[in-house]
Amino acid sequence: MSLTIENPRAPRTRRSPGGVNWEKWGWVYMRVSGVILVVLIFGHLFVNLIVGEGVKAIDFAFVGGKYANPFWRIWDFAMLWLALIHGANGMRHLVNDYAANEKLRKLLLLALGGSTAVLLVLGSLVIFTFDPCPANSPADLLPSFCS
Amino acid sequence: MSDKTAGTLAPHRSRTKVPEGTLYRGREGMWSWVLHRITGVAIFFFLLVHILDTALIRVSPEAYNAVISTYQNPVMGVGEVGLVGAIGFHALNGIRIVLIDFWQVGTKYHRLMFYTVLALWLVLMAGFVPRHLMNVFGEYWVG
Repeated sequence: MSLTIENPRAPRTRRSPGGVNWEKWGWVYMRVSGVILVVLIFGHLFVNLIVGEGVKAIDFAFVGGKYANPFWRIWDFAMLWLALIHGANGMRHLVNDYAANEKLRKLLLLALGGSTAVLLVLGSLVIFTFDPCPANSPADLLPSFCS
Repeated sequence: MSDKTAGTLAPHRSRTKVPEGTLYRGREGMWSWVLHRITGVAIFFFLLVHILDTALIRVSPEAYNAVISTYQNPVMGVGEVGLVGAIGFHALNGIRIVLIDFWQVGTKYHRLMFYTVLALWLVLMAGFVPRHLMNVFGEYWVG
């Protein structure tokens, strides 16, 4: 599949007649998620890098302050899923294009799918189980509303 | 096959020796595609690291602060200019791709849109870079 390029004028063939056209929905997903991500990521960069002291101000208390508001948890949750799947699908295209060895291609796709699934679960758990005021932590490292 | 569709499949019959290029073959169409791939891969690998470093907020304030402080040193500060530059290009060129696909005259203006992407990117970076470098290098400022 990755080694040969189909004749551009060959009639369209469906691998599974009547099935879901996954490549089409992948194509649609890249565009829809891409447009939403422009808003989400530019907003993320503006709030974290431009406002106030930018990157210098980022620490545990900064993140805790943001996550006190569910708005930013949902923002980051949406960004996590949309961006990681967008990126993984893009990498899938690169693997299909450049991995000439079929076994290597399968291995890379497996690694890609596995790491994506793990990071989606990990990231989601972190966002929704995060405690901005963990017990036994020095107060000067925590958001001001903890004390 | 009509002339119109043939035009998108075969290169232009140009009198000059330099090919004009189609949507992806040569010139602006090809280079925007190359840059989109390179910036995409770079952003993907940053995203993997960024999810892991942010996950440290669930470990302890000390662990998160220790790792995030590496993002604040001057070398990483310059790296962040590259990261934002890559994201900015990928975002703007992504919008160009959507316009090529869905706007009636998108394919006609894809070259003009590429230069628009570059111009908007310069504006974006002109807004971001001085502000960011002041944040990163502010404490080293003597004057």
